[in-house]
Amino acid sequence: MRAMVVDDSRAMRLILRKTLDELGYEVSQAANGREALELLERDPEPVGLVLVDWNMPEMNGIELVRRMRAHPRFTSVRLVMVTTETQTEQMVEALEAGADEYIMKPFTSEVIVEKLRMLGLAA
Amino acid sequence: MTGTTAERRGPEEITGENFVFLQRWVHQETGIVLDDGKRYLVDARLTPLVRDEGLQSLNELCNLLRATRAPHLNRKVLEAMTTNETLFFRDLAPFDALRETIIPELVERNRAIRALRFWSAAASSGQEAYSLAMMLVEMGLGDWNIRIHGTDLSEQMLERARAGQYLQIEVNRGLPARYLVKYFEREGLEWRVQERLRRMVRFERRDLREPMASLGTFDVVLCRNVLIYFDVETKKRILGQIRSRMEPRGYLLLGAAETTFGLDNRFERKPVGGAVFYQIREQCE
Repeated sequence: MRAMVVDDSRAMRLILRKTLDELGYEVSQAANGREALELLERDPEPVGLVLVDWNMPEMNGIELVRRMRAHPRFTSVRLVMVTTETQTEQMVEALEAGADEYIMKPFTSEVIVEKLRMLGLAA
Repeated sequence: MTGTTAERRGPEEITGENFVFLQRWVHQETGIVLDDGKRYLVDARLTPLVRDEGLQSLNELCNLLRATRAPHLNRKVLEAMTTNETLFFRDLAPFDALRETIIPELVERNRAIRALRFWSAAASSGQEAYSLAMMLVEMGLGDWNIRIHGTDLSEQMLERARAGQYLQIEVNRGLPARYLVKYFEREGLEWRVQERLRRMVRFERRDLREPMASLGTFDVVLCRNVLIYFDVETKKRILGQIRSRMEPRGYLLLGAAETTFGLDNRFERKPVGGAVFYQIREQCE
């Protein structure tokens, strides 16, 4: 399956990419919501999973989630927020915006695998 | 003195003699078998304790255990050796089987009394018991008379379980975000299980090798990743104790690497979805 990692931190993108690589995903990357949306719209075949940071320049993660959910092409894409925002209100906001799961930083690769397993996206 | 071999090698390793001492002592006190392949477990579990107690090495800890019978230290060592890693909804298949097949069957069976009883027999810090509680509320059984009984050997773990308070890294593990916002409250840097769930769950210290008659009986017993630590005789005794606490058509769930086969022939294997449960065989006399 194909996946995208959206985070303005290069180090974080590498960490997430490595975990997804190990699960057999083909991974693309974007540094903010706007770049992600452009890449996704250009892509002839939509990805199955997007891991999204919250705080990013140009377009933040919650805005990306909202725009993707409003776009008929992306309704079945699984969206997982991976963020330092850890308040209940923010989690509720992300879930209401259409995120399927929410992972709080810091995390271990096991956490990513467990969450993807819950979504039926990892063996 | 700097640059000695000992310093370059890091902390002093446990000697063979002390490992044998720990093997015998832990077995005698808990029935748990630490075979030679479990040296890593001794290192991982006891090194933090060595540090907390202001000791220099595992060898010094062993000397202290030999020389004194300080109950608090004994208990800390045993608790460190018997505590399992635990996460919410650990292994999805058994929870799917409970949700889709077993609990609906039990609901049908117990409709008249509107009561269900569960035993989380190696409750550790309580994630399994609270996972069950969340699942039952999600299934619309919050107004049934639900009792989830959690037992463990470690009082330290049970205190955490009773508080229902977890670190962020713990609620990240296995718990759907939807459940986190619905059933937990943020308390400073930690997350606490809401009172409505805590009321469904009770925790109590129990040694599985001892008689359990006062616990009553259960519709479902979860005893995962416990038997693997024990020798054959102790496994048999524990399975016998569990069997005596099960309702006649109740279900037992063991860890994925565990079985009753060859230990207790009164149990019958029951695959349910992707999980394996055990039921007491009906007597055909």
